[in-house]
Amino acid sequence: MTSFWVYFAAKPLWWIIVTIATFLFTSWLNRRVGGTPLLHPVLVALSLIIVLLKLTGTDYDTYFEGAQFIHFLLGPATVALAVPLYDHFERVKKMLLPLLVACTCGAVTAALSVIAVAWWLGASEGTLLSLAPKSVTSPIAIGIAEKIGGYPSLAAGLVLITGAIGCLTAPPLFRWLKIEDDAVKGFTLGLSSHGFGTAFAFEFSTLAGAFAGLAMGLTGLLTAFLVPVLIRLVGL
Amino acid sequence: MLAGLLLLLLCQLLGEWIVLALALPVPGPVMGMVLLLAGLIVTKRVPDRVRVPAEGLLRHLALLFVPAGVGLMVHAELIAAEWLVILTALVVSTVVTILVTALVLKRLTRNLDLDAREDQQ
Repeated sequence: MTSFWVYFAAKPLWWIIVTIATFLFTSWLNRRVGGTPLLHPVLVALSLIIVLLKLTGTDYDTYFEGAQFIHFLLGPATVALAVPLYDHFERVKKMLLPLLVACTCGAVTAALSVIAVAWWLGASEGTLLSLAPKSVTSPIAIGIAEKIGGYPSLAAGLVLITGAIGCLTAPPLFRWLKIEDDAVKGFTLGLSSHGFGTAFAFEFSTLAGAFAGLAMGLTGLLTAFLVPVLIRLVGL
Repeated sequence: MLAGLLLLLLCQLLGEWIVLALALPVPGPVMGMVLLLAGLIVTKRVPDRVRVPAEGLLRHLALLFVPAGVGLMVHAELIAAEWLVILTALVVSTVVTILVTALVLKRLTRNLDLDAREDQQ
Protein backbone atom coordinates (compact mmCIF):
# COMPACT_ATOMS: atom_id res chain seq x y z
CA MET A 1 0.00 0.00 0.00
CA THR A 2 2.77 2.43 0.94
CA SER A 3 4.73 1.80 -2.25
CA PHE A 4 1.50 2.22 -4.22
CA TRP A 5 1.00 5.64 -2.62
CA VAL A 6 4.61 6.69 -3.17
CA TYR A 7 4.33 5.73 -6.83
CA PHE A 8 1.18 7.75 -7.54
CA ALA A 9 1.96 10.73 -5.29
CA ALA A 10 5.05 11.38 -7.42
CA LYS A 11 3.06 11.48 -10.67
CA PRO A 12 1.61 14.72 -12.11
CA LEU A 13 -1.69 12.93 -12.76
CA TRP A 14 -2.44 12.48 -9.06
CA TRP A 15 -2.18 16.17 -8.15
CA ILE A 16 -4.27 17.27 -11.15
CA ILE A 17 -7.02 14.90 -9.99
CA VAL A 18 -6.73 16.11 -6.39
CA THR A 19 -6.96 19.77 -7.49
CA ILE A 20 -10.01 19.34 -9.72
CA ALA A 21 -11.83 16.96 -7.36
CA THR A 22 -11.24 19.23 -4.34
CA PHE A 23 -12.47 22.24 -6.28
CA LEU A 24 -15.63 20.43 -7.43
CA PHE A 25 -16.30 19.42 -3.83
CA THR A 26 -15.80 22.94 -2.43
CA SER A 27 -17.98 24.44 -5.21
CA TRP A 28 -20.75 22.04 -4.22
CA LEU A 29 -20.20 22.87 -0.55
CA ASN A 30 -20.38 26.62 -1.27
CA ARG A 31 -23.70 26.22 -3.11
CA ARG A 32 -25.06 24.22 -0.18
CA VAL A 33 -24.27 27.02 2.30
CA GLY A 34 -25.78 29.73 0.08
CA GLY A 35 -22.70 31.03 -1.74
CA THR A 36 -21.14 33.09 1.07
CA PRO A 37 -17.83 34.72 0.05
CA LEU A 38 -16.39 33.63 3.41
CA LEU A 39 -16.39 30.01 2.21
CA HIS A 40 -15.40 30.75 -1.37
CA PRO A 41 -14.62 27.48 -3.22
CA VAL A 42 -11.10 28.65 -4.11
CA LEU A 43 -10.20 29.61 -0.52
CA VAL A 44 -11.59 26.37 0.90
CA ALA A 45 -10.03 24.22 -1.86
CA LEU A 46 -6.55 25.64 -1.39
CA SER A 47 -6.79 25.28 2.40
CA LEU A 48 -7.81 21.62 2.05
CA ILE A 49 -5.02 20.92 -0.44
CA ILE A 50 -2.42 22.61 1.80
CA VAL A 51 -3.59 20.43 4.72
CA LEU A 52 -3.37 17.31 2.51
CA LEU A 53 0.15 18.24 1.35
CA LYS A 54 1.26 18.85 4.97
CA LEU A 55 -0.27 15.55 6.15
CA THR A 56 1.42 13.55 3.37
CA GLY A 57 4.70 15.45 3.70
CA THR A 58 4.56 16.56 0.07
CA ASP A 59 6.37 19.77 -0.84
CA TYR A 60 4.91 22.49 -3.07
CA ASP A 61 7.30 21.73 -5.95
CA THR A 62 6.06 18.14 -6.20
CA TYR A 63 2.44 19.32 -6.09
CA PHE A 64 3.15 21.96 -8.72
CA GLU A 65 4.62 19.40 -11.14
CA GLY A 66 1.06 18.20 -11.59
CA ALA A 67 -0.82 21.43 -10.90
CA GLN A 68 1.26 23.42 -13.41
CA PHE A 69 -0.91 22.07 -16.21
CA ILE A 70 -3.92 23.82 -14.65
CA HIS A 71 -1.85 26.89 -13.74
CA PHE A 72 -0.66 27.22 -17.34
CA LEU A 73 -4.22 27.90 -18.55
CA LEU A 74 -4.18 31.26 -16.70
CA GLY A 75 -2.21 32.71 -19.64
CA PRO A 76 -4.78 31.99 -22.36
CA ALA A 77 -7.58 32.78 -19.85
CA THR A 78 -6.12 36.28 -19.41
CA VAL A 79 -6.10 36.73 -23.18
CA ALA A 80 -9.71 35.47 -23.22
CA LEU A 81 -10.80 38.41 -20.99
CA ALA A 82 -10.77 40.41 -24.25
CA VAL A 83 -14.06 38.69 -25.27
CA PRO A 84 -16.34 39.99 -22.44
CA LEU A 85 -14.51 43.31 -22.69
CA TYR A 86 -15.42 43.49 -26.38
CA ASP A 87 -19.04 42.46 -25.65
CA HIS A 88 -19.53 45.60 -23.55
CA PHE A 89 -17.58 47.83 -25.92
CA GLU A 90 -20.62 49.90 -27.05
CA ARG A 91 -21.52 50.75 -23.47
CA VAL A 92 -17.90 51.49 -22.68
CA LYS A 93 -17.65 54.00 -25.52
CA LYS A 94 -20.72 55.84 -24.22
CA MET A 95 -19.40 56.16 -20.66
CA LEU A 96 -15.73 56.14 -21.56
CA LEU A 97 -14.52 59.24 -19.73
CA PRO A 98 -16.31 58.70 -16.36
CA LEU A 99 -15.29 55.03 -16.38
CA LEU A 100 -11.65 55.78 -17.15
CA VAL A 101 -11.45 58.49 -14.48
CA ALA A 102 -13.15 56.29 -11.87
CA CYS A 103 -10.98 53.34 -12.85
CA THR A 104 -7.76 55.37 -12.58
CA CYS A 105 -8.76 56.83 -9.20
CA GLY A 106 -9.82 53.42 -7.92
CA ALA A 107 -6.79 51.50 -9.18
CA VAL A 108 -4.33 54.09 -7.85
CA THR A 109 -6.18 54.18 -4.51
CA ALA A 110 -6.14 50.38 -4.29
CA ALA A 111 -2.41 50.05 -4.93
CA LEU A 112 -1.22 53.10 -2.96
CA SER A 113 -3.48 52.63 0.08
CA VAL A 114 -2.48 49.00 0.59
CA ILE A 115 1.22 49.85 0.27
CA ALA A 116 0.83 52.87 2.59
CA VAL A 117 -1.00 50.95 5.34
CA ALA A 118 1.30 47.93 5.16
CA TRP A 119 4.42 50.10 5.10
CA TRP A 120 3.17 52.13 8.05
CA LEU A 121 2.54 48.91 9.99
CA GLY A 122 6.05 47.71 9.14
CA ALA A 123 5.56 45.01 6.50
CA SER A 124 8.65 43.58 4.78
CA GLU A 125 9.50 44.56 1.21
CA GLY A 126 8.50 41.21 -0.31
CA THR A 127 5.09 41.51 1.35
CA LEU A 128 4.67 45.10 0.15
CA LEU A 129 5.42 44.18 -3.44
CA SER A 130 3.06 41.19 -3.26
CA LEU A 131 0.27 43.36 -1.81
CA ALA A 132 0.47 46.05 -4.51
CA PRO A 133 -1.53 44.18 -7.20
CA LYS A 134 -4.17 42.84 -4.75
CA SER A 135 -7.19 44.41 -6.43
CA VAL A 136 -6.43 42.88 -9.81
CA THR A 137 -7.77 39.61 -11.12
CA SER A 138 -5.31 36.81 -10.22
CA PRO A 139 -3.76 35.96 -13.61
CA ILE A 140 -2.77 39.59 -14.08
CA ALA A 141 -1.73 40.02 -10.42
CA ILE A 142 0.56 36.99 -10.70
CA GLY A 143 2.18 38.53 -13.77
CA ILE A 144 2.62 41.91 -12.06
CA ALA A 145 4.11 40.40 -8.89
CA GLU A 146 6.59 38.42 -11.02
CA LYS A 147 7.46 41.61 -12.87
CA ILE A 148 8.07 43.89 -9.84
CA GLY A 149 9.77 41.33 -7.60
CA GLY A 150 6.97 40.25 -5.23
CA TYR A 151 6.04 36.61 -4.56
CA PRO A 152 3.58 35.49 -7.29
CA SER A 153 2.01 32.77 -5.12
CA LEU A 154 1.61 35.16 -2.18
CA ALA A 155 0.09 37.77 -4.50
CA ALA A 156 -2.41 35.21 -5.85
CA GLY A 157 -3.52 34.27 -2.35
CA LEU A 158 -3.84 37.93 -1.27
CA VAL A 159 -5.95 38.67 -4.34
CA LEU A 160 -8.37 35.91 -3.34
CA ILE A 161 -8.61 37.21 0.24
CA THR A 162 -9.17 40.76 -1.06
CA GLY A 163 -12.06 39.50 -3.20
CA ALA A 164 -13.79 37.99 -0.19
CA ILE A 165 -13.25 41.17 1.89
CA GLY A 166 -14.71 43.31 -0.92
CA CYS A 167 -17.86 41.20 -1.24
CA LEU A 168 -18.40 41.33 2.53
CA THR A 169 -17.86 45.09 2.96
CA ALA A 170 -19.41 46.47 -0.27
CA PRO A 171 -23.18 46.06 0.50
CA PRO A 172 -23.14 48.05 3.78
CA LEU A 173 -20.90 50.70 2.15
CA PHE A 174 -23.33 51.05 -0.78
CA ARG A 175 -26.22 51.54 1.67
CA TRP A 176 -24.22 54.11 3.62
CA LEU A 177 -23.28 56.07 0.44
CA LYS A 178 -26.85 55.72 -0.91
CA ILE A 179 -25.57 54.16 -4.15
CA GLU A 180 -28.59 52.89 -6.07
CA ASP A 181 -27.32 52.69 -9.67
CA ASP A 182 -26.47 49.05 -10.43
CA ALA A 183 -23.88 50.15 -13.00
CA VAL A 184 -21.97 52.01 -10.26
CA LYS A 185 -22.33 49.10 -7.81
CA GLY A 186 -21.11 46.60 -10.39
CA PHE A 187 -18.19 48.70 -11.57
CA THR A 188 -17.06 49.31 -7.97
CA LEU A 189 -17.26 45.60 -7.12
CA GLY A 190 -15.35 44.57 -10.24
CA LEU A 191 -12.66 47.17 -9.59
CA SER A 192 -12.09 46.40 -5.92
CA SER A 193 -12.77 42.65 -5.92
CA HIS A 194 -12.15 41.44 -9.54
CA GLY A 195 -13.65 37.98 -10.30
CA PHE A 196 -15.16 37.51 -6.85
CA GLY A 197 -16.84 40.90 -7.12
CA THR A 198 -18.02 40.16 -10.65
CA ALA A 199 -19.70 36.91 -9.62
CA PHE A 200 -21.22 38.73 -6.65
CA ALA A 201 -22.45 41.67 -8.80
CA PHE A 202 -24.45 39.30 -11.02
CA GLU A 203 -26.61 38.68 -7.95
CA PHE A 204 -27.69 42.35 -7.98
CA SER A 205 -28.55 42.36 -11.72
CA THR A 206 -27.06 41.50 -15.11
CA LEU A 207 -26.30 45.20 -15.62
CA ALA A 208 -24.22 45.21 -12.42
CA GLY A 209 -22.51 42.00 -13.56
CA ALA A 210 -21.66 43.42 -16.99
CA PHE A 211 -20.14 46.55 -15.46
CA ALA A 212 -18.23 44.47 -12.93
CA GLY A 213 -16.70 42.34 -15.70
CA LEU A 214 -15.78 45.52 -17.52
CA ALA A 215 -14.19 47.05 -14.40
CA MET A 216 -12.24 43.85 -13.81
CA GLY A 217 -10.75 43.95 -17.33
CA LEU A 218 -10.04 47.69 -17.29
CA THR A 219 -8.51 47.62 -13.81
CA GLY A 220 -6.32 44.67 -14.71
CA LEU A 221 -5.07 46.44 -17.78
CA LEU A 222 -4.58 49.78 -16.04
CA THR A 223 -2.91 48.30 -12.95
CA ALA A 224 -0.55 46.23 -15.10
CA PHE A 225 0.70 49.48 -16.61
CA LEU A 226 0.42 51.61 -13.44
CA VAL A 227 1.85 49.50 -10.62
CA PRO A 228 5.37 49.08 -12.04
CA VAL A 229 5.48 52.87 -12.57
CA LEU A 230 4.10 53.60 -9.05
CA ILE A 231 6.61 51.17 -7.53
CA ARG A 232 9.42 53.06 -9.23
CA LEU A 233 7.96 56.40 -8.07
CA VAL A 234 7.72 55.45 -4.39
CA GLY A 235 11.22 53.99 -4.66
CA LEU A 236 10.73 50.34 -3.62
CA MET B 1 -12.72 25.32 -30.72
CA LEU B 2 -9.17 24.21 -31.46
CA ALA B 3 -8.58 27.09 -33.87
CA GLY B 4 -9.85 29.55 -31.23
CA LEU B 5 -7.59 28.05 -28.58
CA LEU B 6 -4.68 28.36 -30.99
CA LEU B 7 -5.58 32.02 -31.54
CA LEU B 8 -5.60 32.67 -27.76
CA LEU B 9 -2.18 31.01 -27.45
CA LEU B 10 -0.82 32.92 -30.44
CA CYS B 11 -2.03 36.23 -28.95
CA GLN B 12 -0.27 35.27 -25.72
CA LEU B 13 2.92 34.35 -27.60
CA LEU B 14 2.87 37.59 -29.58
CA GLY B 15 2.15 39.49 -26.34
CA GLU B 16 5.09 37.85 -24.54
CA TRP B 17 7.30 38.62 -27.52
CA ILE B 18 6.29 42.32 -27.69
CA VAL B 19 6.78 42.76 -23.92
CA LEU B 20 10.22 41.15 -24.18
CA ALA B 21 11.28 43.05 -27.28
CA LEU B 22 10.17 46.46 -26.00
CA ALA B 23 11.07 45.77 -22.33
CA LEU B 24 7.52 46.80 -21.26
CA PRO B 25 6.53 46.59 -17.57
CA VAL B 26 3.34 44.53 -18.22
CA PRO B 27 2.78 40.75 -18.20
CA GLY B 28 2.79 39.09 -21.65
CA PRO B 29 -0.77 37.68 -21.42
CA VAL B 30 -2.10 41.20 -20.65
CA MET B 31 -0.49 42.44 -23.86
CA GLY B 32 -2.06 39.39 -25.57
CA MET B 33 -5.47 40.50 -24.26
CA VAL B 34 -4.94 43.98 -25.72
CA LEU B 35 -3.98 42.43 -29.08
CA LEU B 36 -7.07 40.20 -29.13
CA LEU B 37 -9.32 43.14 -28.13
CA ALA B 38 -7.84 45.25 -30.93
CA GLY B 39 -8.43 42.37 -33.36
CA LEU B 40 -12.07 42.00 -32.24
CA ILE B 41 -12.66 45.76 -32.60
CA VAL B 42 -11.28 45.61 -36.15
CA THR B 43 -13.32 42.53 -37.17
CA LYS B 44 -16.37 43.94 -35.28
CA ARG B 45 -17.55 40.54 -34.01
CA VAL B 46 -16.48 37.53 -31.95
CA PRO B 47 -16.43 34.37 -34.11
CA ASP B 48 -17.92 31.33 -32.33
CA ARG B 49 -14.68 29.42 -32.61
CA VAL B 50 -13.03 32.12 -30.47
CA ARG B 51 -16.00 32.67 -28.13
CA VAL B 52 -16.42 28.99 -27.23
CA PRO B 53 -12.88 28.35 -25.88
CA ALA B 54 -12.67 31.87 -24.37
CA GLU B 55 -15.91 31.55 -22.41
CA GLY B 56 -15.03 27.96 -21.52
CA LEU B 57 -11.78 29.12 -19.92
CA LEU B 58 -13.43 32.07 -18.16
CA ARG B 59 -16.27 29.90 -16.80
CA HIS B 60 -13.68 27.84 -14.89
CA LEU B 61 -11.40 30.78 -14.11
CA ALA B 62 -11.73 30.20 -10.35
CA LEU B 63 -10.24 26.67 -10.61
CA LEU B 64 -7.15 28.05 -12.37
CA PHE B 65 -6.25 30.12 -9.26
CA VAL B 66 -5.98 27.06 -7.02
CA PRO B 67 -2.43 25.88 -7.90
CA ALA B 68 -0.94 29.36 -7.35
CA GLY B 69 -3.06 29.82 -4.22
CA VAL B 70 -1.72 26.59 -2.71
CA GLY B 71 1.67 28.33 -3.02
CA LEU B 72 0.64 30.33 0.08
CA MET B 73 2.03 27.32 2.02
CA VAL B 74 5.54 28.29 0.91
CA HIS B 75 5.03 31.63 2.67
CA ALA B 76 3.66 30.13 5.90
CA GLU B 77 6.42 31.74 7.99
CA LEU B 78 5.99 35.15 6.41
CA ILE B 79 2.22 34.97 6.85
CA ALA B 80 2.54 33.79 10.47
CA ALA B 81 4.81 36.77 11.16
CA GLU B 82 2.85 39.43 9.26
CA TRP B 83 -0.76 38.22 9.06
CA LEU B 84 -2.15 41.08 11.15
CA VAL B 85 -0.37 43.69 9.00
CA ILE B 86 -1.51 41.98 5.80
CA LEU B 87 -5.13 41.60 6.90
CA THR B 88 -5.36 45.19 8.22
CA ALA B 89 -3.83 46.57 5.02
CA LEU B 90 -6.21 44.55 2.85
CA VAL B 91 -9.37 45.50 4.78
CA VAL B 92 -8.52 49.22 5.04
CA SER B 93 -7.41 49.46 1.42
CA THR B 94 -10.42 47.55 0.06
CA VAL B 95 -12.89 49.75 1.98
CA VAL B 96 -11.12 52.95 0.84
CA THR B 97 -11.02 51.71 -2.75
CA ILE B 98 -14.76 50.96 -2.74
CA LEU B 99 -15.53 54.42 -1.28
CA VAL B 100 -13.34 56.31 -3.79
CA THR B 101 -14.53 54.38 -6.85
CA ALA B 102 -18.22 54.51 -6.01
CA LEU B 103 -18.17 58.22 -5.14
CA VAL B 104 -16.14 59.27 -8.22
CA LEU B 105 -18.32 57.26 -10.59
CA LYS B 106 -21.56 58.44 -8.93
CA ARG B 107 -20.46 62.07 -9.23
CA LEU B 108 -19.30 61.76 -12.86
CA THR B 109 -22.31 59.82 -14.15
CA ARG B 110 -24.90 62.10 -12.55
CA ASN B 111 -25.31 63.96 -15.85
CA LEU B 112 -25.29 60.69 -17.81
CA ASP B 113 -28.14 59.24 -15.76
CA LEU B 114 -30.54 59.37 -18.71
CA ASP B 115 -28.15 57.36 -20.86
CA ALA B 116 -27.79 54.75 -18.17
CA ARG B 117 -31.57 54.44 -17.84
CA GLU B 118 -31.91 53.93 -21.59
CA ASP B 119 -29.28 51.21 -21.42
CA GLN B 120 -31.14 49.47 -18.67
CA GLN B 121 -34.39 49.26 -20.60
